[in-house]
Amino acid sequence: MSVIVDFLIGFFILVGALLCLIAMFGVIRLPDVYTRNHAASKAATLGVMSILLGTFLYFYFYEGHFNSRVILGIVFLFMTAPVSGHLINRAAYNSGVKIWDKSVRDDLKEYNQKKRNKSSID
Amino acid sequence: MKKTHVKTNDVIFQPVTKVVAFIIIIYSLHLFFSGHYTPGGGFIGGLMTAAAFVLLLLAFDVKTVEKTLNVDYIKMTATGLLIAVLTGLGSFFYNVPFLTQTFSYVDIPLLGKTALATAVLFDLGVYLVVIGVTMTIIQTIGETE
Repeated sequence: MSVIVDFLIGFFILVGALLCLIAMFGVIRLPDVYTRNHAASKAATLGVMSILLGTFLYFYFYEGHFNSRVILGIVFLFMTAPVSGHLINRAAYNSGVKIWDKSVRDDLKEYNQKKRNKSSID
Repeated sequence: MKKTHVKTNDVIFQPVTKVVAFIIIIYSLHLFFSGHYTPGGGFIGGLMTAAAFVLLLLAFDVKTVEKTLNVDYIKMTATGLLIAVLTGLGSFFYNVPFLTQTFSYVDIPLLGKTALATAVLFDLGVYLVVIGVTMTIIQTIGETE
C-alpha cells in the first residue's frame, strides 16, 4: 500500500513538473501568440493540477490530513485557466495580432469579412 | 475612429464568472472565520471578497453590478470602522483596558463546542473596511471618463 502511494505521489509530482517544463519550452519555441497560448494554457494547467494532486495525496497518506482547499484549487484551476487562455487569445485576435504566416486557414477572418460585406450591402 | 464590426461576445466568460465568483466568496468567508487558528483573517478575507466583486465588474458592466449588489461602499467602510471602535469600547464595561479581548467556549446546537472570541468582531470591522476601501478605489477609477 505504502509503496503504491509513494509511487503515485512521485509520479504525479514529476509528471506535473515535466508538463510545466514542456509548456515553458512551448512558450519559447512556438512561432506566434496563438500557438504559444495553446501550449501555455493546456500543458501548464494539467501540470499544476497534477502537482496539486500529488501534494494532496502526500498530506492525506502521510499526515492523515484531508486538505479540501487543494481539491478546491484543482477544480478552480480547471475552470479558470482555459477561460483565461481563451480571453487572451480573443483579445490578441481583436487587436489585430497576425497569425503565423505558414498557417493555412483562418475561419474567423472569413466570417468577419462575410458579415462586413453583408452589413455594407444593407 | 472606425467602428469595428467585432461584437463583444462574453458567452464563455460570463457563465464561468457566475460560478467562480461564488467559489471565491465562500473561500473568502472561510479565510475570514479561520483567521484565529490558521492563516487568514479579516484583511485577506476582505481583499478576496473584493476580488470576487472585481471579477463581476470585469465580466459585467458597472451598472449591472451596482444593481445586483446594491451596496454603498463608503457607508460599508464607516460601518466597519464603527464596529472596530465599539468592540474596543466594549472593554470599558468590564473595567479592563481599551481593546482587551476575551473568548469562551460555547455549545452551539449544530456546530458543537465552539470557541467564540470577541476578536472576531474586530476582524469583522477590518473585513468591511477592506472591502469598502478597495471597491471605492476601483469604482472611482472605473467610472472616471
